[in-house]
Amino acid sequence: MIHFDNVCKRYPGGHDALNRVNLRLPKGQMAFLTGHSGAGKSTLLKLIAMIERPTRGQIFLDGVNLNNIGNRKIPYIRRNIGIIFQNHHLLYDRPVFDNVAMPLIIQGYRRQEIHKRVRAALNQVGLLSKEKSDPITLSGGEQQRVGIARAIVHKPLLLLADEPTGNLDPGLSEEIMQLFARFNQVGTTVLIASHDLDLIKQMGSPMISLQDGKVAHNGLPFTVNDANVPAR
Amino acid sequence: MRNSPHKKSRLSSYFGNHLRVSLASLGRLYAQPIATFMTAAVIAIALALPVDLYIALDNVGKLSSDWDGSTQISLFLHTDVDKQQAKKLQHRLEKHKHIKKVEFIDKEKGLEQFKEISGFGDALKYLDQNPLPIVLVVHPKSSTNQPDKTTSLVKELGKNKLVELAQLDVQWVKRLYTFLEIANRSIWVISTMLAIAVLLIIGNTIRLDIQNRREEIEVSKLIGASDAFIRRPFLYTGLWYGAIGGVLAWIITLVSLILMENPIHKLALLYHSEFRLSGLGFENTLLLILISCALGLIGSWLAVSRHLKDIEPS
Repeated sequence: MIHFDNVCKRYPGGHDALNRVNLRLPKGQMAFLTGHSGAGKSTLLKLIAMIERPTRGQIFLDGVNLNNIGNRKIPYIRRNIGIIFQNHHLLYDRPVFDNVAMPLIIQGYRRQEIHKRVRAALNQVGLLSKEKSDPITLSGGEQQRVGIARAIVHKPLLLLADEPTGNLDPGLSEEIMQLFARFNQVGTTVLIASHDLDLIKQMGSPMISLQDGKVAHNGLPFTVNDANVPAR
Repeated sequence: MRNSPHKKSRLSSYFGNHLRVSLASLGRLYAQPIATFMTAAVIAIALALPVDLYIALDNVGKLSSDWDGSTQISLFLHTDVDKQQAKKLQHRLEKHKHIKKVEFIDKEKGLEQFKEISGFGDALKYLDQNPLPIVLVVHPKSSTNQPDKTTSLVKELGKNKLVELAQLDVQWVKRLYTFLEIANRSIWVISTMLAIAVLLIIGNTIRLDIQNRREEIEVSKLIGASDAFIRRPFLYTGLWYGAIGGVLAWIITLVSLILMENPIHKLALLYHSEFRLSGLGFENTLLLILISCALGLIGSWLAVSRHLKDIEPS
């Protein structure tokens, strides 16, 4: 699903955020990305979501070389990804339902379909009763779950989460992680950046740790040096 | 794309989306009535000004074309010509094949008119006798109403023994036309400048709108919104500003016409004319609103293409 081939990312000013990273995350896999802040976790996720472009190397997403994707095509790549942020990026000028419906509206779904899917997504995160609430009235954990519902409502192939439990207490954090595990069970590939090592161990999914922009440990079932061409 | 809805529903939802976005944009404007009204009013005033000028010019043009059909030749008779002789001349001239009508202005009437127009009424009291000659005002037939034909008629009339001076009152019409042409040009210049002003006003308003909705734009881009999708609400906002501004401009024009109508009608009556102000008419009103909408769309397009690029998720 995700394949990093000798990827380097140097930010203007000369800081190397990623240095010769090789990675291969198979379809349907759930994995954690760890490392202290500044190790390159966020940069790696941003490269997958095409928020940033690599300085060198190639990234394949579901067999597509992202280097060949022009800026105009980026939206169509992102439609296959669900992204979850630490600060959940909800829009406070509209109710929960409208927030969750955004990806479907963007992709031109019909009203009835939008209704069905939004309610299903909200049901999955346990917030069906809050569909008409304003996000600002919800607790931090609930807001994060709305963010997750928005990320999964269009059934993406890949779910990326950047410190999704950063602001939550341990109980809520575990609940959120269980939610990701459940999406993974139905076939979604999940990559979560987190520094909560205890929680990661508890989840039992493989872990990739970054250090100074390099892969320090790779617990994925496929080895890094697996020289296969990416699956098409 | 695995997740794409099938084609037919896509097409219908495309138009559905346009309708929804245009109404949502209108709703946003409605939610801030005062701010919207002020922006629209600025646009309206900028548009109403050249429109009012255009109407004024159009009316003057119509008025002068009425006059154009009645080029006059004034025949100032010798002062010793008496009324009877003058009357005879009048009757003779009225039978002339190129002459439609001859007006008779005797000495007394001439004096009266002179008093009215010149304001020298009091000074004239000190004269023992009326110094003015009898004047015959000749209205040529409209078929004769061509510069060279009229000129030859003037020459012919000037040769009459009773006539001291035959004068063609056409110079001022020519001057008026030159002036109208200049005015016409200036209206175009003014209109162009004000149209640019409208573009800037709308562009700036949309720019602020984009700034205010920065977060929404970022999130939309992150979840895969195309540029066209993100652009759309702003373009519709510009379009609505243009439409509202256009309608307001029309109302302003209407009000100014109503305000002007009475005094102009009174003035026209003083000149024994049935002249009435004519307004924009249906076609021009439609054109005004269309131009206004186009300006709104172009203005917002300029702002959107300039500023949306700057907002990228980070």
